Amino acid sequence: MSNELEFLSWRVASGKLSRRDFLGRAAALGVTATFANSLLSSAARAAGPVKGGSLKAGLVGGESTNSLDPALMMTQVPFAFGKCWGEMIVELSPEGKLENRIAEEIGSSDDAKVWTLKIRDGVEFHNGKTVTAEDVAATLERHSDEKSKSGALGYMKGIETIKASGKEVVLTLKEANADLPYLLSDYHLIVQPNGGKDKPDAGIGAGPYKITTNEPGVRHGGERFANYWQGDKMGHADQVEVIVINDATARTSALQGGQVNMINRVEPKIVDLIKRLPGVTIRNHAGPGHYVFIMHCNTAPFDNNDLRMALKLAIDREEMLDKILRGYGSLGNDFPINASYPLFTEIEQRKYDPDKAKFHYKKSGHDGTVLLRTSDVAFPGAVDASQLFQQSAAKAGIKIELKREPGDGYWNEVWNKQPFSASYWGGRSTQDQMYSTAYLSTADWNDTRFKRPDFDKMVLAARAELDETKRKQMYHDMAVMVRDEGGLILPMFNQFIDATGAKVAGWVDDPHQELMNGYALAKCWLEA
Amino acid sequence: MSSPIVKLVAQRLALGILLLLAVSVLIFAGTQILPGDVAQAILGQSATPESLANLREQLGLNDPAFIRYFRWLGGVVTGDLGTAMSSGQDIATSIKGRLWNTLFLAFWAAVVAVPLAIILGLIAVRYRNGWVDKLISGLALASTSFPEFFIGYVLVYFFAVKYQIFPGISTVYDGMPFGERMQAIMLPAAALTLVVLAHMMRMTRAAILNVMQSAYVETAELKGLSAFAVIRRHAFPNAIAPIINVVMLNLAYLIVGVVVVEVIFVYPGMGQYLVDHVTKRDVPVVQAVGLIFAAVYISLNIIADIAAIVANPRLRHPK
Repeated sequence: MSNELEFLSWRVASGKLSRRDFLGRAAALGVTATFANSLLSSAARAAGPVKGGSLKAGLVGGESTNSLDPALMMTQVPFAFGKCWGEMIVELSPEGKLENRIAEEIGSSDDAKVWTLKIRDGVEFHNGKTVTAEDVAATLERHSDEKSKSGALGYMKGIETIKASGKEVVLTLKEANADLPYLLSDYHLIVQPNGGKDKPDAGIGAGPYKITTNEPGVRHGGERFANYWQGDKMGHADQVEVIVINDATARTSALQGGQVNMINRVEPKIVDLIKRLPGVTIRNHAGPGHYVFIMHCNTAPFDNNDLRMALKLAIDREEMLDKILRGYGSLGNDFPINASYPLFTEIEQRKYDPDKAKFHYKKSGHDGTVLLRTSDVAFPGAVDASQLFQQSAAKAGIKIELKREPGDGYWNEVWNKQPFSASYWGGRSTQDQMYSTAYLSTADWNDTRFKRPDFDKMVLAARAELDETKRKQMYHDMAVMVRDEGGLILPMFNQFIDATGAKVAGWVDDPHQELMNGYALAKCWLEA
Repeated sequence: MSSPIVKLVAQRLALGILLLLAVSVLIFAGTQILPGDVAQAILGQSATPESLANLREQLGLNDPAFIRYFRWLGGVVTGDLGTAMSSGQDIATSIKGRLWNTLFLAFWAAVVAVPLAIILGLIAVRYRNGWVDKLISGLALASTSFPEFFIGYVLVYFFAVKYQIFPGISTVYDGMPFGERMQAIMLPAAALTLVVLAHMMRMTRAAILNVMQSAYVETAELKGLSAFAVIRRHAFPNAIAPIINVVMLNLAYLIVGVVVVEVIFVYPGMGQYLVDHVTKRDVPVVQAVGLIFAAVYISLNIIADIAAIVANPRLRHPK
């Protein structure tokens, strides 16, 4: 790169030269526009965040039934907006490390049963009140109450007592859990004044943006909170706005027309088209989310492990990854964990094997058809994927009958009710969380009806184990068990595919969730 | 002349209210025969027999159906539509804004579509069977034949993406300046106009042509009036009843049938609101919206009837 170009890009980054002038001069120096643009964005990143402007996201996953109560957040829009106005106790960094936020320090007793959170000084709520240990304790109490409707209740149930004293919150667990800090990064656990016990949907948090607009299903907006405790790291735009755009085509055209700066859930089949648009950047990255077919291990004919194995061998994962995800994903191996988890270990990849499938199918003694229920809401392309499955299974002599269910009511009537159906999981931040949510005998969402006391014991033992090597081995054994005996057929892990428009800077890929784990609006900025 | 009109209007109004009552019974009964009840829908998977019993008691679901019906009806009459069970918000408050948005969009679409359709219809009749007539009819039929989402996406492609004249998403909000609001609704209003235009235009044309065959039109032509004068002074006033009918039908469509357009343009109106709550099985909201839609249909039909009566002396003086 010539010194002149470098100098010029610095001048743009510091606001002394307009972008258009820069591109003109770069062209005069014989540089392509693409290269000039990349030069600009790296200069902008080096120059640091730019304050000001209004950052807008057009997102799928908002409904007029949404509420500001963090306990009830379920879909993408409340999740992403929650990260704008709420502050967490701890958070996962993009590298998968724990990052202390309202908790300044977290320590545990040797047996991982008693945990102490030291609360940071000088963090302020939007109503001017300082965040205290009592607020944090009350938040945790609310989400761990048996009667709570909180989406975090599943993990929080394990807390026996919560005590606030001075600057500390002390948690005593019913059973040891080495992963507790990871559980506290759950996006429902936004710290609220008095834990939100008085008015859970008041929308008062300690995050970088103060809520100015809240129209569920339409749009949500916030303005920068002047007293945010980490103003140098987050809250660069003056305003943020989330516009609910559930229609995929409308979302793309809004980005193209410049009405929003970022969108989520770009469909794999149009990624290549969008890549060609000037100014638009596709932000795709691997995560723990996966697309699955689930069989109930306690319902005939799926209570027979040979039949389950036959179906697992009769699915052509490579073809599915190629045709449904267009390569924007990775192969699954019939257990819900991949490399985005900290303690992941490789297990031999299961392959499409019609002969072996035929063998197991014969051995199961089942003949006739197997009924698979599917719907496009199960995951994008689920109906097509089910048809591919039907064809690859037919080559192994297994007849799969497809029943296309209406999307409306699929999650109430079909998923977790019918013995064989298509579905998806967003993944969790630790293996313990994933297994506790869906594979423990007592789990509410045990959608494969995998009820094995020996497996439960392994989960509890791994939870209490602090030695990382031993723990890795334990998770490996659990994975093998789910893979070979469970009711999960997991052909592929999907990537998150977001897209940003021109001028958006500061993007960091984060494997935990879409939109930089929800922080895209809070952490990105608009180049001058 | 006034007394028979007043009587007729009063009759129609009474009939309309009776009809609305009948619809309210149907809506209420319909939601009663759905499997499960509101309490079960609220508690969902986590329902236990005790919590179900408690919630039923709390919501008054243990009373007989007719008592609950009259309680609901009483609420509706006094403007209390209850609270949405999914979000706990007051339904009347959340519907107010949505209904206003829907009416705003429908109003501007109608302001463009109705006169345009009638004028085009008149022109088509004037040059009937000539190329002007065929061009107008052809274009109008083409725009109606395309599904709404296609028209919407074509408009978005050209006006929002390619030339960036109008915004492709139409999120409007309270306190939005009028000019911006108008700009925001430009594309959905255009899409709606194209969708309803042909129906009204074709009906105008057919109704006037029908009248054109009467003896008095022939007389008018024979006494040497110009073609437009014949249409304007003799044919159009006599064709007004069927035209008003089709206009009202299309107005009703602009209010209750615009779900697809609202989704494409992300317009926060009633259709989007209804769809969200149907998927959540939020019965009180569905009931409320259903009743409002029924009221819109019934009142527009009453207006059409009354207009027809006023326009036609024969209906004013029944034998």
